[in-house]
Amino acid sequence: MKEVKLFHGPNHPGMHGNFSVHLTVDGDTVKKAKPNPGMLHRGFEKLMERRLWMSNIALIPRVCVPEPDINETVYSMAVEKIEELEVPERAKYLRVIILELARIAVHMMSIGGIGGPTGVYTAPNWALNERDMILDIFEKITGHRIYHMYIVPGGVRQDINEEILEFIENTINDIESRLKDYYEIIFESPIIHKRLKGTAPLTKEQALDWGVTGPGLRSTGVKYDVRKKFPYLVYDKLDFDIPIAEESDAYTRLYLKYLEVKQSIKIIRQVLSDIPKGKVRNKLMGTALKWKIKEGEAYGKVESSRGEFGYYIVSTGGRYPYRIQVRGASYPQGLYGIEAGLPGTRLEDVSIWLDTMGVCSPEVDR
Amino acid sequence: MDKPKSNFFAPFKGIKYMIQKPVTIRVPEEEREAQKRYRGFHTNDWEECIGCGTCADICPTDAINMEKVPDYDAPEGEKDERPVIDYGRCCFCGFCVDICTTGSLKMSKDYIYMDEDADTFLYIPDEEGLNKNYPKEGYERNEDTDLLDLERIAMRYTKSKKRKDSFLEYVKGFSKEEAKREAARCVECGICTDRCPAHMDIPEYINTIWDDNLEEGVEWMYETNPLPNICGRVCTHKCEDVCTISHRGEPIAIRWLKRYIVDNAPEDVYEEVVLSNVSKEGEGSIAIIGAGPAGLSAAYYLRTIGYDVDIYEKEELAGGVMRYGIPRYRLPDEAIDKDILFIEKIGVNIHRNTKVGKDIKFSKLREKHDVVFISTGFMEPRHLKIKGSDHPDVVAAMDFLPKVRDFVRDKKQMPEVAEKVVVIGGGDVAYDVGRSVARLQNIKYGKVDVTLTALEKKEDLPAGEDEIQEGKEEGLEIYPASGPVEIIIENDEIKGLKTAECIALFDDKGNFNPKLNKDNTEIHEASQVFISIGQAPNYDYLPDNIKEELEFKGPQIKINEKTHQTSMDWLFAGGDIVNGPDIINGVADGHNAAKAIDDYIRSNK
Ligand SMILES: Cc1cc2nc3c(=O)[nH]c(=O)nc-3n(C[C@H](O)[C@H](O)[C@H](O)COP(=O)(O)OP(=O)(O)OC[C@H]3O[C@@H](n4cnc5c(N)ncnc54)[C@H](O)[C@@H]3O)c2cc1C
Ligand code: SF4
Ligand code: SF4
Repeated sequence: MKEVKLFHGPNHPGMHGNFSVHLTVDGDTVKKAKPNPGMLHRGFEKLMERRLWMSNIALIPRVCVPEPDINETVYSMAVEKIEELEVPERAKYLRVIILELARIAVHMMSIGGIGGPTGVYTAPNWALNERDMILDIFEKITGHRIYHMYIVPGGVRQDINEEILEFIENTINDIESRLKDYYEIIFESPIIHKRLKGTAPLTKEQALDWGVTGPGLRSTGVKYDVRKKFPYLVYDKLDFDIPIAEESDAYTRLYLKYLEVKQSIKIIRQVLSDIPKGKVRNKLMGTALKWKIKEGEAYGKVESSRGEFGYYIVSTGGRYPYRIQVRGASYPQGLYGIEAGLPGTRLEDVSIWLDTMGVCSPEVDR
Repeated sequence: MDKPKSNFFAPFKGIKYMIQKPVTIRVPEEEREAQKRYRGFHTNDWEECIGCGTCADICPTDAINMEKVPDYDAPEGEKDERPVIDYGRCCFCGFCVDICTTGSLKMSKDYIYMDEDADTFLYIPDEEGLNKNYPKEGYERNEDTDLLDLERIAMRYTKSKKRKDSFLEYVKGFSKEEAKREAARCVECGICTDRCPAHMDIPEYINTIWDDNLEEGVEWMYETNPLPNICGRVCTHKCEDVCTISHRGEPIAIRWLKRYIVDNAPEDVYEEVVLSNVSKEGEGSIAIIGAGPAGLSAAYYLRTIGYDVDIYEKEELAGGVMRYGIPRYRLPDEAIDKDILFIEKIGVNIHRNTKVGKDIKFSKLREKHDVVFISTGFMEPRHLKIKGSDHPDVVAAMDFLPKVRDFVRDKKQMPEVAEKVVVIGGGDVAYDVGRSVARLQNIKYGKVDVTLTALEKKEDLPAGEDEIQEGKEEGLEIYPASGPVEIIIENDEIKGLKTAECIALFDDKGNFNPKLNKDNTEIHEASQVFISIGQAPNYDYLPDNIKEELEFKGPQIKINEKTHQTSMDWLFAGGDIVNGPDIINGVADGHNAAKAIDDYIRSNK
């Protein structure tokens, strides 16, 4: 049969953001898949070279819309490394709260988001509610729902009070109380079982070859999580597990995310009870207009919802970064993964790949 | 990993949500109030805002522009601009709020705005907010979010115990680390530049410290001020009074940073910068009378344009009041020498020991030169006329201070000081006298007994805060709100000063006319009285016909402010005899006059 070329872009309900894949299909089978990034390209890395060290904090959250905080964190961590700037203990705990809340929000979007390509539309509606409840927390702590611009070199911008701590606790209790519903409506659903099990498989070799990390890599049996391997902030003081699986398909990966949400809740609970008192920010010398970072280079990395995410920063000692390179966690699965992994799968499974592997389009484009 | 089993009935469990309350809100019918810290549309208190533009500088999206406010004449320390925000660009980071130097800029909880006209998205925040009457208390700056550094780096001084009998400079100057920390606090707004009489490019030279480029720092200095070593020590630093940072914190130590640059720029680099400024363009010869700041500054700038410049100075040393008035512990000779050295190095001739009117006639200067610039200053003491003030142990400030400087330069005898002294006056000069007397008393008697009496109330004392504080440390006593009535003399010897309570400084018409309450008097015991109530000019070098043609306003000469000319087009004037009251005004006068003289000579060719 004749091959057909298809544009699988943002108009598709299973597509995550402004991203597209050019597919060549033979019937329903994908013959060739070519990721077509660029719709979100804004040249962040270059833009950062023209902005003050502080001003960049307002720019970089945009590198990943659903999980902006990792950008602020790795940027700050790299800057702190070069500048040898200490971060107050309390700020470290606050950063963990933000990062884990963000992980829950992203994972819930992904779990609910599976409704798009599978037709289980109840799920995305519910999941967006969970995400919104987390955004309420963000709004309370940082003053904004999506782009928080909260984590800055030296700590965080604002402290939180008992009322906010209590609000966080109530919200995660609330979300936790509904996790059972997702378990039932998604993970026990015969439709999901049929559509996800065995779909979009990934081997350990592929994962390692392409540089996949995060739930993708862990679903192939490799226990790699930056939080455990290279503990940052206060992760080494916290008790949590890294769920892994042996055989990777869409179902496994999605379920791993579900288990990770539970671990994140466990982490946040510990943080809420252990968070020490004290200051939340050590400042750089002078006014933010004049900040300079010592000459040097450093890599700051965290475990994002999609895997290892990092910024490599080079400073020549001036008021602007000399060069910043972003390691987008979804690069391997979003570029190589699509091209090498999708041929052979069915057309309707393309979005399932994107959802369960975790592809954040602005991060690929940046 | 145990995975969930498929369960045919599982999806039906969602049915329970049908009877639960919806979680969504029906916007816009239903309003949702934002959280307390919400970063919504801006508000700006125009009374507080000074138009410094710092908000625009930090803005990551270039959303803030500073626009001139029509028909607004901004007072000193403020610009006539206000921020305009383009909501097509603004990313609501709130950094502008964090850095706002006055705290006028805030954010509201307001976050919905709709209009067909895109131009309305350009918004000049005021107190009302974008959608008027919307809850205004949104995001505000706090200590953690603050993007300014409010604390000044403390200057190191010689302790009062050590400096009490010493005329060595006691301000130690910043170290490199300290200077950089202090420089890092400046937001480069330039409000200080507007205030500085010489309009020195302060943010630019402060920047050179931050960027480790002192050579450029020296270049910036000489653009507007050829006496940086002097001004870096004793400038009245009015710039600091308006420094933007002072609205929420301590002003930048502008004067000490200036001193840091000139003290630390390598000598060869310094020399290269200054010498390279000279051009050969100007043709003509200029006579300058008086080598005080105004004369020196005019000479420097005229010479850089290429003119032949001759300064006539009656004293043995150039510098005017800086050399003979200001005490050495504040301004060492080395600093004056260094500034004057470079002025001479570029080819300015200083004829010392040449009093115009005595050693050379004014008319001779007029013949020899195309233009004459007079800057003879207020060097004469002003005496007080009260009972007993003609006693020989009543000494005027400008009779005493030059003698102290001469003594310190190891040339003359120590001036007479009594064991118990009263100084009349509460200004900086009175403190110069008092603190000099205290040092001499320490040398001679090993103890201090100096009392200052001032007309002004304690909170209105004209002396600078530093002087008052340091004077106190050195043992000076101050009696505010007391006016001199009589110097009590018994058997030809001064016994003390009688003062009465001063209840008003100005009369109903606003003229200076102190009112004393003679029922409330006090006697300050002393055997010597110093008078520091101002200085006066001496125009005896000017021929009568010239004096007649000149216009005066009080003791000062009137000039055309634009052309710096007196009523005679070839005669220019500046410094204390025109404006005053300090060195930097003299420097500015000299510079402006140099430009005006250049214009005059060129247009007469
Ligand atoms: C005690 C004291 C302390 C002060 N402290 C400060 C301070 O800390 N900071 C500050 O900014 N300002 C200070 N001032 C004010 C400042 O010194 C003056 O405003 C400034 O010096 C005025 O400069 P000028 O160029 O007008 O003349 P002056 O400095 O007064 O110099 C005039 C020069 O003209 C010469 N001259 C006069 N007549 C003749 C003649 N016939 N022929 C030749 N030469 C002549 C004089 O010898 C003198 O050298 C102080 C003033 C006094 C009195
Ligand atoms: S920073 Fe504050 S004071 Fe300065 S212009 Fe902006 S709003 Fe006005
Ligand atoms: S010294 Fe003060 S007033 Fe001058 S530019 Fe810096 S911050 Fe602005």
